[in-house]
Amino acid sequence: MAALTLYPQDERLEGGSRIAFNLYMITAVALFVLLMLLGLTMRMTQATWLTVSPVFFYKLLSMHGAGLVGTVSLATTAVMWYFLRKYVRLHLWAFVANYVLFMLGALCIIAAIFIGGYGALWTFLYPLPVYGMGLWSTQAAALFMLGYLLIGVGSLLFYLDAAAAIIKVHGNLGRALGLQWLFGGSIDPAHPKAVVASTMVLIANSLGILAGAVVLVMSLINIFYPEVPLDALFAKNLIYWFGHMYINATIYMGVIVVYELLPRYTGKPYPISRPFLWSFAASTVFVIIVFPHHLMMDFAQPRWLTVMGQVVSWGAGFPVFVVTAYGALTNLYRSGIRWQMPSRLIVLSLFGWAAGIVPAIIDGTVRNNLVMHNTQWVPGHFHFYLLLGAVVMALALMFHVIGREDAARDRASDRAGFLVYLVGGLVFTFAFLDAGHLSVARRMATHLPEWTATDRLGSIGATLVVLGMLYFAIRITAGLLRSPPGRETLHASAGTAG
Amino acid sequence: MHLQDAIWGITLAGMGLVALGFLLVIIQAGKPADDAASAKSAHTARRFQARLFGVLLVVFAAGSWATLHNYPIPPQHRALDAQQVVDVTGRMWSWQIEPATVEVGRSVEFRVTSADVNHGFAIYAPDGRIVTQTQAMPGYTNVLLHAFDVPGTYTVQCLEFCGIGHAPMAAELQVVATGGQ
Repeated sequence: MAALTLYPQDERLEGGSRIAFNLYMITAVALFVLLMLLGLTMRMTQATWLTVSPVFFYKLLSMHGAGLVGTVSLATTAVMWYFLRKYVRLHLWAFVANYVLFMLGALCIIAAIFIGGYGALWTFLYPLPVYGMGLWSTQAAALFMLGYLLIGVGSLLFYLDAAAAIIKVHGNLGRALGLQWLFGGSIDPAHPKAVVASTMVLIANSLGILAGAVVLVMSLINIFYPEVPLDALFAKNLIYWFGHMYINATIYMGVIVVYELLPRYTGKPYPISRPFLWSFAASTVFVIIVFPHHLMMDFAQPRWLTVMGQVVSWGAGFPVFVVTAYGALTNLYRSGIRWQMPSRLIVLSLFGWAAGIVPAIIDGTVRNNLVMHNTQWVPGHFHFYLLLGAVVMALALMFHVIGREDAARDRASDRAGFLVYLVGGLVFTFAFLDAGHLSVARRMATHLPEWTATDRLGSIGATLVVLGMLYFAIRITAGLLRSPPGRETLHASAGTAG
Repeated sequence: MHLQDAIWGITLAGMGLVALGFLLVIIQAGKPADDAASAKSAHTARRFQARLFGVLLVVFAAGSWATLHNYPIPPQHRALDAQQVVDVTGRMWSWQIEPATVEVGRSVEFRVTSADVNHGFAIYAPDGRIVTQTQAMPGYTNVLLHAFDVPGTYTVQCLEFCGIGHAPMAAELQVVATGGQ
């Protein structure tokens, strides 16, 4: 069955495409290891197992946050590109330009933090960046923001190229989303889910990046012309509008791997459906308007915005639970799947996403937010659906690409690496959630003695996560640098896949 | 029971249900079904999906009503007639709280602002749990209404990262028995 071919012809990576894909993924896994090490250092500092000065701690926190948000986006952008290019004509230059601008932006951010001393975190919440208090200059803050602008321009270029390519094939973005089939009509069974998901991402994230660009430029003007002040609440709205969509988009780019690869590994078709189209139409709106749940404790915010933040946060659970996770589980049920690294990772990523949004929805409730906001509950839930969700989606594609026809031979070391990462991830994230339950504050270099128990548990989990990721990084890098991946398995059938 | 304990229980139950659903399917995933069984399970799956949607819709509607009908944030632009008023200003890296003593069982209106960057005004009970919070934002005054149930020494802790002095940015708030006892 052609649709279930494990390594179809049109996914071949050759020449420039292969180099670009390898650059993205090898950079991503290397950065994952390095940036997770920074996270481990912070958790061990809070656990009092390491001594790091508060000045350095907040530099690490700024680098860890900005770095991992960017890197997860980099990796999942490669996931979107890998599959979308089969259905529409993407320009390699746009994909490469995104990478180059990302790296230039990353250099600016690294220099701003480790040379300029910037320590106002990835959220650059106005007006903190201009209050360096002798630890960083306004120039360092400006360099950090310039880094963001470069990364944003790269993403926007990639999305614009994708939008143009999608419109060329489907006429407009609405038709690409499948809106014409929401209320009736026969859905074209060949309409790719990858196009639907990509369209949703580029609509939402382009808006988010533009909001980010506006607040970054406003902040830069304020840095160089302090007599032009910003409205702190307006700036915060723009920052979280941008920040939320940027990180949320990574999951929707990453989930394309589930739609594309899961049926190949289960051997069962995973057709497009009306609930699927409804879920993406709804998610497009939800992702754009859910951001006020970050500002529930800003009581000056208009009430309707805060209520919308809660209602949409809860509503956002429907597409994930009822359609994406449920649909994938239906595909998995009694499929005779052969468990290999890609299929194992795909199922884990869905679990990480679905389970991770439970504490997110709980926190997105005004009443609960009064006691959970800015506690470690927050890193608890977002690490859950990033570490065990979005990152794992990207890893699934990487393991698939380095797979071979003999992939049926599942390596014991892969299984061990997976187990270490899974157990570490669960211990690490539940330590955060339990800390939030106990009112442990987030983003603090020093903790009260009674808080260190969860810090220590978290450190143990983080150590396992880093070890697992280190194994993945070595295995994936070696695999990608080997002969062109998947070539000899181009015609492997679903039967081969198990 | 603390609100946090209820939140923790609901969360664990919710995540547990998700995990259970995954485990039940994963256990069955390695056993391929024949065509007849596949058709039957696909039919069952569609029915169950509709029920899941229905159950979640009820939870969504009931939960939204239960958590929003008594809106937990007080009106910000009209008099609250609270029995006590406390003015709070956060600045890098200290709290100015006037007065820093309030009476138990009587409503307190906290008017919270910032003199520089964003801070988080969180009140920790003597047992170490957060009882309530709001943001301290430059240019805005957030009005927080709370009545304390238990007397004691409460801690005001900054919960919005505000630079190098963020973690130590704490102050005391005394909650005393009515009449200052």
